[in-house]
Amino acid sequence: MDFRLTEDQQMMQAEARTFCEKRVLPYVEEWDKECAIPAEVLAELGELGYMSLLIPEEYDGLGLDTVTYVCVMEEFARASASLEIVISVHNSLVSQAIAQFASEDIKKRVLPILATGEKIGAYCLSEPGSGTDAGGLISTAVRDGDEYVCNGTKSWVTNGGIAGIFLVFFKTRPEEGSRGISCLLVEGGTAGMTLGKPEDKLGIKASDTRQVAFSDTRIPAANLVGEENRGFPIALAILDSGRIGVAAQAVGIAQASLDEALKYSQERHQFNRPICEFQAIQFKLADMSTRVEAARLLTYRAAYLKDQEGSRPSRAVATAKLFASEAANWCANEALQIHGGYGYIKEYPVERYFRDARITEIYEGTSEAQRMVIARDLLSKGSS
Amino acid sequence: MSVVPHSHREWQTRMECFAREKIQPFAARADKEGQIPSEIIDAITGEALWGAVIPKKYGGLGLDAMSYAILIEEVGRACGSTCLMLAAHCSLGCVPIIKFGSDAQRQKYLPRAAKGELIAFALTEPQAGSDAGATLTKATRQSDGQWLINGTKCWCTNATRAFAHVITARTDDAPGTSSITCYILEPDMKGFKTGKKENKLGLRGSDTAFLHFDDIVVKDEQRLGEVGQGFRNFMVTLDGGRISIGAMAVGLAQAALDSALPYAAHKEEEGKPMASRQSIQFALADMATQITASRLLVYNAAAMKDRGDPFGKYSAMAKLFASEAGRFCTVQALRIMSYDGLSLNEPVERYYRDVKLCEIGEGTSEVQRLVISRMILKELADSETAQ
Repeated sequence: MDFRLTEDQQMMQAEARTFCEKRVLPYVEEWDKECAIPAEVLAELGELGYMSLLIPEEYDGLGLDTVTYVCVMEEFARASASLEIVISVHNSLVSQAIAQFASEDIKKRVLPILATGEKIGAYCLSEPGSGTDAGGLISTAVRDGDEYVCNGTKSWVTNGGIAGIFLVFFKTRPEEGSRGISCLLVEGGTAGMTLGKPEDKLGIKASDTRQVAFSDTRIPAANLVGEENRGFPIALAILDSGRIGVAAQAVGIAQASLDEALKYSQERHQFNRPICEFQAIQFKLADMSTRVEAARLLTYRAAYLKDQEGSRPSRAVATAKLFASEAANWCANEALQIHGGYGYIKEYPVERYFRDARITEIYEGTSEAQRMVIARDLLSKGSS
Repeated sequence: MSVVPHSHREWQTRMECFAREKIQPFAARADKEGQIPSEIIDAITGEALWGAVIPKKYGGLGLDAMSYAILIEEVGRACGSTCLMLAAHCSLGCVPIIKFGSDAQRQKYLPRAAKGELIAFALTEPQAGSDAGATLTKATRQSDGQWLINGTKCWCTNATRAFAHVITARTDDAPGTSSITCYILEPDMKGFKTGKKENKLGLRGSDTAFLHFDDIVVKDEQRLGEVGQGFRNFMVTLDGGRISIGAMAVGLAQAALDSALPYAAHKEEEGKPMASRQSIQFALADMATQITASRLLVYNAAAMKDRGDPFGKYSAMAKLFASEAGRFCTVQALRIMSYDGLSLNEPVERYYRDVKLCEIGEGTSEVQRLVISRMILKELADSETAQ
């Protein structure tokens, strides 16, 4: 990487920032309270191309590189972490999995409607009994003629209530462990598929998260993404993409925390001077900005490596996701501390940043899972 | 997976091999004997690295900031003492003469410096550490145009070996930073005394001492840069120097991981390798993460410097973060290696002692935080004014 954004990348970033200032920031508290993002906002995002960032141009997408993608996603997260994850799951998990692994038939059928945002994507891997141990999932898909008969429950499905396209991982050979997992594309409204009620979450409240249950749900065999029993490698490969999205989200939250803390430290007076004149506050600001910068560089690097032909930068991605998510939590906490009691109430946005940051250390692989990835890679490839 | 830009990969490989083969084998001796072994000095001379940052027209290599950061990192990975000696010579000794010297001064000092005669930088005084503007060393203009210099400097790296010293002195009685001027002194000038070498925790192979100036009389041609510009000039010098202290910390942190990783993989405890345990795995993962983040910050600051962008905030971030990460990593390596790490036969205890300086030299971590917070508060104020 050459430590500089191209003009195109800077332009996309600036456009996303302008959009967020007009269409997101004025409403973000309301969305958080209502626990929903209005459908017309998502439709507008679709019209502007934000739902097709990573979809190849031949399927009506923008076909952007991953570095541009993270620049854009950081801007969304800076305004609304909830909105960022809605777009991120749609783009970096669902669209990417289909673009990289699905048959030409599925790509032609599904990518264009994902690209316009006509259908939103959701990704169903975790189950009540399998989180970090994703290979331990127990939902099943049994082949019956030209169809699979699917049973089981998926949890923590982002966009569950608003999605039209679900990528779901089932055991097709339960005795085989992670070598018996397949990925199926399920259209919303399929008979035998039921949505749970929205989870009442700590943070990212405007994003929809719920369980999705399958009871003798019949899915056409043509909806198989990739080969049968080869679904787990898809899940792992796509998690690299998703983790970059979460790292960008974390950088956005950390930057927003710094922005608000900086501003507040100049406005707030105690002992007859603005609190930014106290070293205790200055040093917090310095540490926050240092971590934001490091997190951003790690995220750009992961994205850059992802774009290199034939590269599978799992360690670089895990490093970025681990560092950025911890930095986001650290920065949000310091921003809240600088605000004192005012940071604890919803009149100031840092209360939301503090809640929103927390999930970045959990989803798409906990911090502990990232450390496992990094340690494994170090032990097999060495310290350099 | 490397963080090194493609343009600099070959250089990185060359420096890594060079430092591992020609410097690292003598690092323990440097520490034990309190001086850099001649094998190391000769090896650096052989690669012409004393002139790393000196322009080619004065006999140097004219490296860009990225190549220089890579050099310092790899030397730091091999030997902290050698690294500090080289970094202080290049970024603090040579740079002020390159940037602010007259052509005569450059001709006089840089070709010798490129061949391996050291230049030292003396800024700090017993009462003027982080508050470098509190300099008391005095330079008084004589009626014949010469300068009379009196004062004391401390923590001067390369003090006893240098053939030239860039120093700061106050040129009028006004307090503050606008009355400070730089001079180039030479150790054989009458009244120039070098104190005894400090007995330090780490970097014991590098020499650090007091300098005493007792009625030194120098011609005006020894003045470096304009009268009253000394403070500004060394602030600019330190902005660049901080990249190299960051790079040195990255090198030492990497060295700690280089030792701890194979140790954890091979050392068996209760019948299985230590690295099979998550408490060890996670420490290794955290070390690698901190090192990667540090390296990116250092290279980012170097890339900005090479592009001509303002980089002072970013070099302060790189130095702050990398030096703290360096301490973290060496502590983790010691924890993993336990008594074996504390043994004087293993290099890890040396890394632990050596890296501490990175949180102090060329501005403490506290000073970096001051620099960064001042800059971001100013950026906000400027953007609000612009609106």
